[in-house]
Amino acid sequence: MGIRERLSGNEAIAVAMKQINPDVMGAFPITPSTEIPQYFSSYVDNGEVDTEFIAVESEHSAMSTCIGAQAAGCRAISATSSCGLSYMHEMLYVAASDRLPITLAVSCRALSGPININNDHSDAMSVRDAGWLMLFAETNQEAYDNYLQAMRIAEAVNLPIMICQDGFITSHAIENITLVEDDKVKDFVGEYKPEYSLLKGSMAVGPYATPAFYIEAKRQQAQAMIDAKDVIRSVSADFEKMTGRKYDLIEEYEMKDAERAIIIIGSSAGTAKEAIRGLRATGEKVGLIKIRSFRPFPAEEIARALKNVKVFAVMDKADSFNSHCGPIFAEVSAAMCVANINNPKGINIIYGLGGRDVRVESIERVFAQLDEIVKTGDVGESYRYLDVRE
Amino acid sequence: MSYNLKEELKKEERFTGGHRMCAGCGSPIAVRTVLRALNPEDKAVVCSATSCLEVSSFMYPFTAWKDSFIHNAFENAGATISGVETAYKALKKRGKIDDTYKFIAFGGDGGTYDIGFQSLSGAMERGHDMVYVCYDNEAYMNTGIQRSSSTPHFADTTTSPVGAVIPGKLQKKKDLTKIMVAHNVPYVAQTTFMGNFKDISEKAHKAIYTPGAAFLNVMAPCPRGWRYETEELMTITKLAVDTCVWPLYEVIDGKYFLSYKPKTKLPVEDYLKAQGRFSHMLKPGNEWMVEKMQEEVNRHWIDLLVLCGEK
Repeated sequence: MGIRERLSGNEAIAVAMKQINPDVMGAFPITPSTEIPQYFSSYVDNGEVDTEFIAVESEHSAMSTCIGAQAAGCRAISATSSCGLSYMHEMLYVAASDRLPITLAVSCRALSGPININNDHSDAMSVRDAGWLMLFAETNQEAYDNYLQAMRIAEAVNLPIMICQDGFITSHAIENITLVEDDKVKDFVGEYKPEYSLLKGSMAVGPYATPAFYIEAKRQQAQAMIDAKDVIRSVSADFEKMTGRKYDLIEEYEMKDAERAIIIIGSSAGTAKEAIRGLRATGEKVGLIKIRSFRPFPAEEIARALKNVKVFAVMDKADSFNSHCGPIFAEVSAAMCVANINNPKGINIIYGLGGRDVRVESIERVFAQLDEIVKTGDVGESYRYLDVRE
Repeated sequence: MSYNLKEELKKEERFTGGHRMCAGCGSPIAVRTVLRALNPEDKAVVCSATSCLEVSSFMYPFTAWKDSFIHNAFENAGATISGVETAYKALKKRGKIDDTYKFIAFGGDGGTYDIGFQSLSGAMERGHDMVYVCYDNEAYMNTGIQRSSSTPHFADTTTSPVGAVIPGKLQKKKDLTKIMVAHNVPYVAQTTFMGNFKDISEKAHKAIYTPGAAFLNVMAPCPRGWRYETEELMTITKLAVDTCVWPLYEVIDGKYFLSYKPKTKLPVEDYLKAQGRFSHMLKPGNEWMVEKMQEEVNRHWIDLLVLCGEK
């Protein structure tokens, strides 16, 4: 039936880690994910888990120890944010190409500079091409639920996985949450039994690959990411059987007859739902597509969900500084192009950078902008910043 | 049992021939000797920083390493092997593994003195049961002989070239061995190839079988960078030791022990003239460089004698 609790997003992740009791954690503190290794080391020191905790001297070493430990046949985990994720950058690629299903909790935060500790997605988006699976959460509950599903997904395709939530907004806010019982978690996650490891016979990891082999290694990574879509669906289905909580690659909210839609990732989806409830009450046909799985990217699913709308806005909590759009808009546009869908008009809204507050009224302003486009037929500038002083 | 090179060489090779390292390079010799110091019944996981050693010994689909091997990146051999060692502890604790494993990381001076310094320092401070072996060839040889913090004063490298205004590297060599001693680890040693390899073999064995973190600094010359004939390798290392440029010593639980005292301490010039990288120092008008180098060597040697209780 589940256990009712009230937890911050960080503590929810730490509790999930405790229930899983992985073999090794290597971590270094950084706001706003610091609490995760703090909670976890207290579990270690109080004997609530028997995980080996490595208090490394940097995030770079955190990911390096995880790579060593996972290659040695262990479940290895870490947690980080912002500059910490950037400092791991090189190792993220190595983890993915070594096909090591490491689990990394990310409490998303803006990147410097200017230095800023608040939420946006510039950290996670900057590592989007590293070859990691990436799931995003709207709520503390989703962060916890995604974490419980993470290892099964990652280990099925031998790719590392990031479980992302919004720094402070969910990482520090305390919400009601339903936890899964410890024994059910253990059964659901199962044991990690890699076919090969450094401590099983002899194995060599991390070769120098000449042009004769490098691209094949990359092609295999690409295939694993393609295969991950079905794996996520099937693990989510099993999770639903256990908890009744349904997950997919995307969540469609009031999309059935929506004429105007926004596409969003992370905690602001909750704010958007509230805005949509209000607008729907006045008869406005507005809807939301929330992306749960950013890697693999649900291109077909998004194109299908958007094909009947008149206009949509892709909301990016990070900018690509390419002079025309943010990362999610680029991916959504590519998805529409590949699906040969040209009817709906789309704009990109860059919002919430460095923790700029995103309110119900902010989302209403986006729908108003979309309404203007419907009325005039003119998209105007497609690359827009929301709630910014110009 | 006393050390016997012939007996040692009867052990099965753990680093096979057929790799692509240069003739006359010290690095594979350091690797073979260190791995020979493992008890044959013990398993090992070896890690190498990105380096000549790594790209020449593990080019897909071939590997020269008979033991489990992991290469991660240039700057993180210390952290990587500490992750593997921790995994071993975790699995041992959970009863999932029976064999005895030892953990050895290799890095050049680039991956150890410089870009991998933080990762190494962290691993040493945390005290993992591991050995980090630096094969010190005193420059970034894999990328083409650029200066490192281990490159000696005045040496000619491709980023400290001997020019019309600047005579090679202006800075002195970093003393990494002593920095490792300052980490309060149970075993640190400095060694190289001498005679029957007794010094390096015994130190490697102690490093591997001392519980906790150990560090071995092995002078491992590079014929391309140092500019000597490949067959001169052992002459160069012997000169380094006999001139006291590279003294052999070990530090056990913080206590210094001198491993070798030359009967006659040779002038540093003997070491310099054997290598092309120092040839400019021996030209007329540059006597001051040799004098300076001799002063530095003398000072470090006396400091070491004091630390070892020999003076």
